[in-house]
Amino acid sequence: MLKEIPVTDAEQLFADIPKRIMYSKRLNLPHPTSEYETRRHVEDLLSRNRTSRELISFLGAGCWPHYVPAVCDEINSRSEFLTAYAGDPYTDLGRYQALFEFQSMIGELVGLDVVSYPWYDWGSVAADAVRMASTVTGRREVLVPRTMSPDRLAIMRSYCDGQIEITFVKGNPETGQLDPEDLKDKASAKTAAIYIENPTYLGFIETGCEDIAKLAHDRGALFIAGVEPLSLGILTPPGEYGADIACGEGQPLGLHPSYGGALLGFLACKDEERLVSVVPHRLISITRTEKSGEWGFCYVRPERTMFAARDKAGSITGTATALWAITAAVYMSLLGPSGIQELAKTIMEKSNYAMKRLAEIEGVRVPLFDAAHFEEFTVNLDSTRKPMREINRTLMKSGVIGGKDISNEFPELGNTSLFCVTETHTKPDIDKLAAALEVAIQ
Amino acid sequence: MNEGPTYQAVRWNEPIIFELSRKGRRGHSVPGVEPEIKAAVGDIESRIPERMRRKSPPMLPELSEPTVIRHFIRLSQQTYGVDSGIHIHGTCTMKYSPRVNETLARSPKITDLHPLQDSDNVQGVLAIMYQLQNWLCELSGMAEFSLQPRGGAHAVFSNARIIREYHRMKGELDQRNEIITTVLSHPCNGGAAAMSGFKVVTLYPDEETGCPDIDAVKKAVTKHTAGLLMTDPYDTGVFDSNIEAYIKLVHEAGGLVAVDQANANSILGRLRIGDIGADLCHFNLHKSFSTPHASTGPGSAAIGAKPELTKFLPVPIVAYDGEKYTLDYNRPHTIGKIGEFYGVIPNIVRAYAWIMSMGAEGLLESSEVAVINNNYLIKKLLGVRGVSLPWQKAHPLRLQEGRFSLEKMKQETGIGVDDVNRRIIDYGLQDMETSHEPWIIPEPFTPEPPETTSKEDLDRFAQVLHAISHEAYTNPQIIKTAPHNAAISKIDRTPSSDPKKWAMTWRSYVKKMGRNS
Repeated sequence: MLKEIPVTDAEQLFADIPKRIMYSKRLNLPHPTSEYETRRHVEDLLSRNRTSRELISFLGAGCWPHYVPAVCDEINSRSEFLTAYAGDPYTDLGRYQALFEFQSMIGELVGLDVVSYPWYDWGSVAADAVRMASTVTGRREVLVPRTMSPDRLAIMRSYCDGQIEITFVKGNPETGQLDPEDLKDKASAKTAAIYIENPTYLGFIETGCEDIAKLAHDRGALFIAGVEPLSLGILTPPGEYGADIACGEGQPLGLHPSYGGALLGFLACKDEERLVSVVPHRLISITRTEKSGEWGFCYVRPERTMFAARDKAGSITGTATALWAITAAVYMSLLGPSGIQELAKTIMEKSNYAMKRLAEIEGVRVPLFDAAHFEEFTVNLDSTRKPMREINRTLMKSGVIGGKDISNEFPELGNTSLFCVTETHTKPDIDKLAAALEVAIQ
Repeated sequence: MNEGPTYQAVRWNEPIIFELSRKGRRGHSVPGVEPEIKAAVGDIESRIPERMRRKSPPMLPELSEPTVIRHFIRLSQQTYGVDSGIHIHGTCTMKYSPRVNETLARSPKITDLHPLQDSDNVQGVLAIMYQLQNWLCELSGMAEFSLQPRGGAHAVFSNARIIREYHRMKGELDQRNEIITTVLSHPCNGGAAAMSGFKVVTLYPDEETGCPDIDAVKKAVTKHTAGLLMTDPYDTGVFDSNIEAYIKLVHEAGGLVAVDQANANSILGRLRIGDIGADLCHFNLHKSFSTPHASTGPGSAAIGAKPELTKFLPVPIVAYDGEKYTLDYNRPHTIGKIGEFYGVIPNIVRAYAWIMSMGAEGLLESSEVAVINNNYLIKKLLGVRGVSLPWQKAHPLRLQEGRFSLEKMKQETGIGVDDVNRRIIDYGLQDMETSHEPWIIPEPFTPEPPETTSKEDLDRFAQVLHAISHEAYTNPQIIKTAPHNAAISKIDRTPSSDPKKWAMTWRSYVKKMGRNS
């Protein structure tokens, strides 16, 4: 091959790089290892992990434990999906179709007609959504609930820095619900959007959505709802309570927790040109081909995204989370309408049972807010005087991982943790938690 | 030589999944709820206030498990991956992903970890992250790495944010509101700079050299310059050796330089960008470090900073005190969180295992083989009628890829790169990367054969382009009407720009066109 090029030495091929800047030392990296040695080494390291399945875990807070049907992993291990990238629909028809089906099923869940190509995570698409609202309205302030996920808020701040101001709206201390008076005071002709989360980060269901939507629209702002998708088996979809944009986290749809490394943001909006033209990510449309009966796919207004518009797009896009979106499409089609409804009900029954059991323990306040809760809830231990960190250590001795300590995130809630219960928890699991907690707070 | 196409794609004419739906079917059963729980909580739905209670379930398709699996298996068969055949889509480094790394990334010891577990129980994954951070430092000459970015554009965005924080701390942010980039850099460089609130100055390459003229850079650098964001090597396979001069100019003016190293596959172990003065850089784990491209993600990227800038890196970063690994958030000057939790963990595991198995010697060899492959392919393709390699005189040899032009073929036959790309699948090859916008090279195409491409594949690729070129000059109609052997025929693209016709969901399609159109 060198002869054909023709060069005598492969080093000549690097002619573009001046010799004096080339690195001439040996890299301080390991020596090559065989497949067996590599695997043994990595597996030895991994054996130092103790997984939440080896224990009983009640952690959620942005990454939730749900059962992943075997079919999901079967499909996302298919080497065609695993190793494809950016071919056009003639070479990658199946990829386009699966992603169109992902868009379509998310559209059914959230009740909106436009759904974009998947993206990194809920926090990133929430940030995209407020930037979209700012562009559409020409305004530079967004109102968000004080109870918003601190991680998502931090991401939104990163994405909005110096461009969009983020203002908190208070929650009602008794019910957690967004305070309508505070909202009215703060929503103004400067407001680009009102953003809410439902269920909220603290687990309760926000019920004033229609009123919030109306207020936002009265002030010429957009209404954005961030949602957990399984809850939409029983909760009113954002499209029906007036959301212009919906976003959320798709990890519950067939993706393992993976140390928080398998997240899937989804972004949906009304089918309005002003919104479609500012969606930062690819949009797949269904179409037809020259041959009767054949389905084809194409990108909508590709010139709008960073790929073509570069600095004029005002947003970034790129390598996304397509394999996870294909997995989510598999998951949603396995469950179907009755499955997702039953699953949502199951989760709510189990988590509400857990709330009831824990509330029976003296010195434990569960939940802090008088509202309906979906899968997560607050557990307050102010009266025990023991910090959650200590209590969690004691729970661990019984093989139980307690909730997330949120006393730093929400100091106003005191010694409070966020617990998560899903369909994967059994009654004995929950009873074990209750028994262990009772001991731990003594 | 001009053997016609013998390939035929799988043509399932697979219905949209909603068309397969049959009332009452279901593919998965949900774990049961114990009667004691039911009794204790009663009618759970009544707890949801009326207006928040969903009136009818979401209209997902109703299917059995075998129907679901058949449908998606068929769709996978109609998708062309690296494992399917010759797939040398440029700017993407489509190298083979060793399967053992899949086994490791999919271990329950990874998939069943919750991100909020106590660090005592996740020492294995943290050790992997820590070591990968260090290896990337060694490969780049940078002082510290963050594994937070979820992709290349996200990494460039983080670097733009760091440049902003740096100038903010110095009290110069109001004055320094411009980022310089080059048009041959990836679009995310300009895009991320604009998203971070900067004005963007874009430099074009010199006609002779394919790189910006140093005088043009001199003119662009002013007191308003916050920094330079550029890709090097470029997607043309040219290494812009003026980079040292650019760095000097930008530094003298008080700006920072972040180098997009998405194309690092050809320079691993040969050039460390930190050693020549770059302040920030990024690598794509899904390009240079072999994690699979996953149908466009999840990818993963990592950003490195020189000592004075590590304090700005996005959190968390894995720290090690000699005994225990921890997630370090205690970095007061960080640009903050850019994504939820800690990065694309399965890809971090894959990249770690890949670097481990390759070792220092393997990395050096892989970049050498990739560059040999590319120059061999260039030689072969330059023999194809209608094909040229812009800037060939200044850069006859290229690094990881070459960007060719079919301008001559288009002028002589009317066949351009979009036509060729529709025809190439008829021969059983994945289509070619053209170029990011704008097309400063007319009718561009950009094949990138990484080290895992065989000589036979390169010969076949060149042979197919010869055959298509021959068709262009003798029977262009067969290309105009292509594809003929793909899963579908030529697509109607009018929904791309027509709001009345576009439909991004099935519900929208049914509303606009009716179910049977």
